[in-house]
Amino acid sequence: MKSFAAFCWALAAVMGAVAVPAEAVAPVRLITDISQNRIDIVYTFKGAELLVFGAIQYPRGSVPDERPGLAIVVRGPAEPITLRKKARVAGVWINTDSVRFETAPGFYAVATSAPIKTLVDERNASIWEIGLDYLQLSPTTGDGGQVAEFTRGLVDLRRRTGLWSEQEGRIGLTQNILYQARIAIPSAVPVGAYTAEIYLIRAGKVIARAATPITIDKSGFERWVYVAAQEHGLTYGLVAVGLALLAGWLAGLVVRRN
Amino acid sequence: MTLYLPLAELSVNWLVIVGLGGLVGFLSGMFGVGGGFLTTPLLIFYGIPPAVAVASSATQITGASVSGALAYWRRGGVDLKMGGVLIAGGLIGAALGSVVFRWLQQLGQIDVTINLVYVLLLGTVGGLMLRESIRTLRRTAKGARPKRLHAHNPYIAALPWKTRFYTSGLYISPLAPLLLGAVVGMLTVIMGVGGGFILVPAMIYLLGMSANSVVGTSLFQIVFVTAATTVLHSVESQTVDIVLAGLLLVGGVLGAQLGVRAAQKLSPVRLRLGLALIVVAVAVRLAIGLALTPAELFSVFGPA
Repeated sequence: MKSFAAFCWALAAVMGAVAVPAEAVAPVRLITDISQNRIDIVYTFKGAELLVFGAIQYPRGSVPDERPGLAIVVRGPAEPITLRKKARVAGVWINTDSVRFETAPGFYAVATSAPIKTLVDERNASIWEIGLDYLQLSPTTGDGGQVAEFTRGLVDLRRRTGLWSEQEGRIGLTQNILYQARIAIPSAVPVGAYTAEIYLIRAGKVIARAATPITIDKSGFERWVYVAAQEHGLTYGLVAVGLALLAGWLAGLVVRRN
Repeated sequence: MTLYLPLAELSVNWLVIVGLGGLVGFLSGMFGVGGGFLTTPLLIFYGIPPAVAVASSATQITGASVSGALAYWRRGGVDLKMGGVLIAGGLIGAALGSVVFRWLQQLGQIDVTINLVYVLLLGTVGGLMLRESIRTLRRTAKGARPKRLHAHNPYIAALPWKTRFYTSGLYISPLAPLLLGAVVGMLTVIMGVGGGFILVPAMIYLLGMSANSVVGTSLFQIVFVTAATTVLHSVESQTVDIVLAGLLLVGGVLGAQLGVRAAQKLSPVRLRLGLALIVVAVAVRLAIGLALTPAELFSVFGPA
């Protein structure tokens, strides 16, 4: 029985590596869900916590004794950014060099069941972008050394703001079947279409994966204001001025009466 | 206590923002300055994106200045003709300023430029005002009559098409206030300041306006130019956060009224000294910020 399970694992590994649809053989499957498929940003929004959870479905219910390797990646929409570095010129710190990254995710969080270096090999980490060191940022300017320096700078900056994070060994596992991880979403998060991706990893290779979409969008009054500003700029500006004048005038009246 | 700002896209403690608005509004009513030179740097320091801070600060200045402007209007402290010329200049300057703003954004030097211009302007203006106020105070203390501030500037006197500004007690070319208005309008768009800290001293020392109409006329010009700036930013960059501006206003409008009252109890010389000290302090603080090694060497410039 055990040798058969091992065989299945090996088979699944091969299937995963060559990326052939493997439904017919029924290898390991990932079943996943998420606490919220939609995060509404309303006026009280202070950030959120996503709970990503699910189960590993082994062929014929043969649960292996060893701890499975898992990585959960939540990522937001990628956008082109320019990163600038300050340097002292004539006693004043000004922006000098810059590197442009074409595909920097606005949000990226990874939680793993083990340290990334021991969990997944470099090739698979690069393919699936598991870990901040393996993000495909597509720099289009600057030489090798400069790109490396700026990439480190960008990772540090985004880590401090909580927009990018890496939580190694922070996936909870129950009986090697059920898994769960908490992903913190800061309040300064960009809106857009997000995905939560779950990777099952064995011997450094991704052998199964599942993905589920998440939408982060403004809602209610916040959305109304945002849409008005984007689509009716002139009216929005005039209303803003009108409100400002009204507030000022009213306050004047109130104070004068007292 | 936290509130999410729809355009700045982050949550803030609303009490801090209202308090900030109140402080700035008080200065606005007291000195006839919009107070933007304090609001914008403080908002950026608090973590608001610079573009949103600049634009929303202009909106709050409109509201904070209108109550002050009306208060001065009732006391006959607004020179309409002078104000009209300044506004015309201000609108030209605002249009030019938005072109310069975009160009600096593309170069990635907008934040450094804003800080440098702040230091230069506030340092120069504040320093001059400080010297003048201290000199006048000393002279008054000795019992001598305060020297008349009207400076007969030969360059301004040489400009053509002279006309009479009755309320200000002036006979000068409208080109001088037009140019002054344009410079201030440009600063409003780029730096989110009303420009009162330049207008007030320039009207006193360069144009030689009589002191009783300076603050009122300055506020009058600021209301119109900041209103135009709000519309300009709304159309061009969608950076006016109405919630942020509203919070600043709640504190600001009340602060401004208190400021006007406080100003009536103080002598103009002391008022000028107070403003000079604040202006110099902000300039020194910003200069230190430019010279010290920044906490973050890297900064992200959004998708453009």
